[in-house]
Amino acid sequence: MSKELIRLSNCSMAFDGEYVLKDINLYFNDKEFLTLLGPSGCGKTTTLRIIGGFQKPTSGDVFFDGVRINDVLPHKRAVNTIFQKYALFPHLNVYENIAFGLKLQRQNGKKLSKAEISGRVSEMLDVVSLKGFEKRDVTSLSGGQQQRVAIARALVNRPKVLLLDEPLGALDMRLRKDMQSELKRIQQATGITFIYVTHDQEEALAMSDTVVVMEGGAIQQIGTPEDIYNEPKNAFVADFIGESNILDGIMHSDGVVELFGRKFQCLDGGFSPMEPVDVVIRPEDIDIVDAAEGTLKGTVASITFRGVLYDIIVDFHGFKWLIQTTDLSPIGTEIGIKIDPDGIHIMKKSEFSGMYGDYSSFSDKYDDIGDAESELELEEAEGGYET
Amino acid sequence: MSKKPGFFGRFYMGFILFFLYAPIFVLIVFSFNSTRSRTVWTGFSLQWYQRLFSDGTILDAFYTTLIIAALAAVISTVAGTIAAVGFYNMRSRWRIPLTQINNIPMMNADIVTGVSLSLLFVSLGSVLQFRLGFGTLLLAHITFCIPYVVLAIMPKLRQIDRNLVDAACDLGCTWMKAFWKVIIPEIRPGIINGLIIAFTLSIDDFVISYFTAGGNIMTLPMQIFAMTRRRISPEINALSTILFMSVLILLIIINVRDVKQEEKLKKRAAALNQ
Repeated sequence: MSKELIRLSNCSMAFDGEYVLKDINLYFNDKEFLTLLGPSGCGKTTTLRIIGGFQKPTSGDVFFDGVRINDVLPHKRAVNTIFQKYALFPHLNVYENIAFGLKLQRQNGKKLSKAEISGRVSEMLDVVSLKGFEKRDVTSLSGGQQQRVAIARALVNRPKVLLLDEPLGALDMRLRKDMQSELKRIQQATGITFIYVTHDQEEALAMSDTVVVMEGGAIQQIGTPEDIYNEPKNAFVADFIGESNILDGIMHSDGVVELFGRKFQCLDGGFSPMEPVDVVIRPEDIDIVDAAEGTLKGTVASITFRGVLYDIIVDFHGFKWLIQTTDLSPIGTEIGIKIDPDGIHIMKKSEFSGMYGDYSSFSDKYDDIGDAESELELEEAEGGYET
Repeated sequence: MSKKPGFFGRFYMGFILFFLYAPIFVLIVFSFNSTRSRTVWTGFSLQWYQRLFSDGTILDAFYTTLIIAALAAVISTVAGTIAAVGFYNMRSRWRIPLTQINNIPMMNADIVTGVSLSLLFVSLGSVLQFRLGFGTLLLAHITFCIPYVVLAIMPKLRQIDRNLVDAACDLGCTWMKAFWKVIIPEIRPGIINGLIIAFTLSIDDFVISYFTAGGNIMTLPMQIFAMTRRRISPEINALSTILFMSVLILLIIINVRDVKQEEKLKKRAAALNQ
């Protein structure tokens, strides 16, 4: 088990009396790739800025290696950051940008030698595949290349922790995929703890060891990508990570849940008898069968071709389900569905119950999810400077 | 699509330019006239310029103007830069009213600024034992230049990515170091423009100087004014021409720099979207 490196203890953050973080408790292990995931304004960037030292929590403590660092300024922290839109220094070339931090470093009161600096910079240029770009003006580079310079500029200082604030937001789809594996490779090669902020759930699932789902300034769930996907804690998490049909159910006893007046078998338990619950059924866990054989019967309402799969919306007495399938049934056909017990996941009722998981307004919702544009978070605009 | 101007449009434009520049053009032409006549062209000569540069009081005024302009430009640029950065770091609740207050002196009538500064200096002088002179003239020039410097620098500050300062701190800078290593290089074009604008305004100023210089020193515009009261001579034309040309050259420099900056910014934005 790797050891704990950073701990946020009861951290809250308010701007002008408005809380954007509410009593966060979170720890980060050494050499871990942890992602803070959530929609705009959920408090993920603020959490990152508190770790980086750009903002002091309104209340609560930050510990680094067991030492309280609330009052330690950013330049004294063993943490480096990759900012949204990279924040490269436009008046410096690639070499000078990467060497910026090294030139400020002092070892036993002495500056690093020119030879050491240039050695470490060229080593870093190798890591990010930018050999030969030393003299280039950073403003003449493409987005992807600027991203690599930003990574090199942060990593050359050999931080214990690298903070990444939506680093891939400005890149196009293809480049983003490439950079995802690149970042993962760099993280494994260097053994540096990565704390990654994103609103893109696919990115979070693909790269992270641990995912922290945030909403409304609070942590909703912490877990491995598999946990988060398979065992969402509430309707918000189930909806935000992947696609989900979320239904009202009643738990009869361990392993038996009632949906639409019918009893289904499931694997969850530990609820009180007849407790109302939220039931998550992932679109890919639903099998389509002949209308006669299905446990539920419905009518195909719409079909969208997604490449590998079809997304079909099926109307079950007014509740619209999303089903992902390779079998095509034309619009208007009546079909039956079957759900295996391990395809049904039961969640306790929460503040998010009833807000998500119905596909009646299918098209709007889908656009939202596919939209990976970087959005400036509200709290960032309000943040101002801490000096 | 922009429409090409028709005959009337061109004529109107030419008419306005003629009225604006004809007097200055005539003034310049007659500064090279070989006789004292201000109405009949008698031949080319540089004699009025020669006389100008052999006249002790005019040379004194020339030096005073240059020294005041240089000092006022440098000091107001330093003060204005600090003020602009201060505004930039303020919350908008404070920044907006304070920048408005910064703008008021620029719209205020020069004569009001001049008289009020003069009254202030005279009353302070009677307490602190000083008289109107070089010091008060310099203070007055610094005062009216600062708002323009702030105005030249603010847009450059707004263009800075806020994360740049955070990035510098993240990489090991204190705030002060980040100021020198990141903010100053980024706003340098604005600072230099502010410096040139302040220098131009200082050379140019008559009204405020007139009220704050006292009886012992003179700037070039004051000298020209004094000469018109004594005797009308083409020397005035020559002196005015020099003043006009220096201001014109400075303004051209400012404009060319602005255009170049715009182009650079456009290139930057284009590169990022590749």
